[in-house]
Amino acid sequence: MSLTSKDVAEIMRLLEASGFDSLTLEMDGMKLALNRSGAVEPVPERRVSAPPPPSPPPQAPAVANSAAAPSEAGLVEVAAPLLGVFYRTPKPGEPPFVEVGSRVQPETVVGIIEVMKLMNSVSAGVAGEVVEVIAASGAMVEYGQVLIRIRPER
Amino acid sequence: MPIRRILIANRGEIAVRIIRTCRKLGLETVLAASEADRGSLAARMADRTVCIGPAPASLSYLQPRTIVQAALGVEADAIHPGYGFLSERADLARLCEAESVVFIGPTSAQIEAVGDKLKARAEATAAGVPTAPGGAVADVEQAVELGRVIGAPLLVKAVGGGGGRGMKRVDDLADLPAAVSMAAAEAGAAFGDERVYLERFVARGRHVEVQVLGDGAGEVIHLGERDCSVQRRYQKLIEETPAPGLSEAFRAEIREAGMRYAKRLAYRGAGTVEFLVDVDRQEFYFLEMNARIQVEHPVTEEVTGVDLVAEQIAVAEGKGLSLRQEDVKALGCAVECRINAEDPARDFRPTPGAVRLAEWPSGEGLRVDTHIDAGATAPPFYDSLLAKVIAHGPDRATALARLADGLRRTRIDGVPTNIGFHLAVLDDPEFQAGGVDTGYLARFLDRARDQFGA
Repeated sequence: MSLTSKDVAEIMRLLEASGFDSLTLEMDGMKLALNRSGAVEPVPERRVSAPPPPSPPPQAPAVANSAAAPSEAGLVEVAAPLLGVFYRTPKPGEPPFVEVGSRVQPETVVGIIEVMKLMNSVSAGVAGEVVEVIAASGAMVEYGQVLIRIRPER
Repeated sequence: MPIRRILIANRGEIAVRIIRTCRKLGLETVLAASEADRGSLAARMADRTVCIGPAPASLSYLQPRTIVQAALGVEADAIHPGYGFLSERADLARLCEAESVVFIGPTSAQIEAVGDKLKARAEATAAGVPTAPGGAVADVEQAVELGRVIGAPLLVKAVGGGGGRGMKRVDDLADLPAAVSMAAAEAGAAFGDERVYLERFVARGRHVEVQVLGDGAGEVIHLGERDCSVQRRYQKLIEETPAPGLSEAFRAEIREAGMRYAKRLAYRGAGTVEFLVDVDRQEFYFLEMNARIQVEHPVTEEVTGVDLVAEQIAVAEGKGLSLRQEDVKALGCAVECRINAEDPARDFRPTPGAVRLAEWPSGEGLRVDTHIDAGATAPPFYDSLLAKVIAHGPDRATALARLADGLRRTRIDGVPTNIGFHLAVLDDPEFQAGGVDTGYLARFLDRARDQFGA
């Protein structure tokens, strides 16, 4: 079970509309903690609490299983919806779908994941600004791996 | 092609089992795990784990393209499919063939040949392997004609069925036309394949299967037979080798038939040819071939000392069989109990959950294949198999005593299991006498209704 960034956005809207200040959701090894703006804790935090993956053997090509800590609080992570090869550009040589600083809408395509020659587009899921691009173009990404981080619009 | 790194496209105890052999052989392992299995014992043992998708198997373990993409991404030389999931899916084998990834198993053509019940039956006939009287019927008229030859009672079986699904018993030939029409309609809805065939109904049958190994070039050996007659709704619960109470000559005939079948296909890798033994007629019939490693393979390994997973890998690598038929020696008896997270008192309902405590037995002649240790989870998404406890001894009585002793020393807290149920069966004089038929467990449950609910 997993939350998409779309789910997170929906949950945030529900919290906004409610009379509560914070919400903590734990399901299947994932914890989501949300606080209303103005509250002390950062918003929102998404943490995958699965045990750390075993260190890869020296010969195996390295794939980042967990990205470095986000540069700021409150960012929404766009995770790989499936395992495959991640591409930042529609075609080789073309400009990337998004760069750091790009404004995105929920339906904006931020990359492609190829699974055995089938191309699957990945959309941002939230409106906001791209703050970090984590995954390298042309590298294999696992299911759930963080691709980019977006600062959502308030 | 030399194999250095293997992607394991499975989970649970069989993933752990495969990793053990890979370690022994000095091979690197990459586990393809769903999100629910990232913290599993297999994930902790593998050199590396890649997450292939969310928990539901349809979105992870059952995605051939994702599995092959993962193998290419981690530069694995080969894929071991284990059992279940994609192990007998020709499309995975075909994708592997196209991408030059070694599929540790038979060819896609062989998987297809044994996957279709009618094709498989035709191959048996061609190989001179006995099948139950019966055959394909295209319409009700043909069914009535064939029904007269076979006689009642008989079974109407769906070509696309298997494992007890898509079968109808007809006790009176007058009911046959209606049964055939209904079975065809149901099969079309359930399997997308309306074809049905008729087969003699065996009142008292035993499930006896032959373990074979083939090099893919026509060389085939057998590693004895297994008796898996202790079944509940076609789910095997206890398996043993050799099959008790059958003459050596009869067992040799079954083993020869299994080998003939695999030879006919020039079968590659480890496979199992299943037979139904008609107890009253003292005959046996081909049922189907399983083109993969079986859950119950450890009993064969215990008596022969052969590592079947290592043999699978060697054949896949093109090294051929490491032994000849005369090298295979079966010593003593081995019996296996499948320990499931299920509640016998509530109609064997699966009981997934977190395991607080797990103590598995060890001792002379005991082997435990499991993925469950303290703190492990039996996720609700997959089958409920927690472990296989296997006992080996110089004779059946010793093996059974060791198995019961081992089960009594097993402690699992957190999820209900069928251990108590296994102990009751092991204690039952009819089972102890050996040679029960596939109807035995239902009768046992009737007798033990008070103990295990309705």
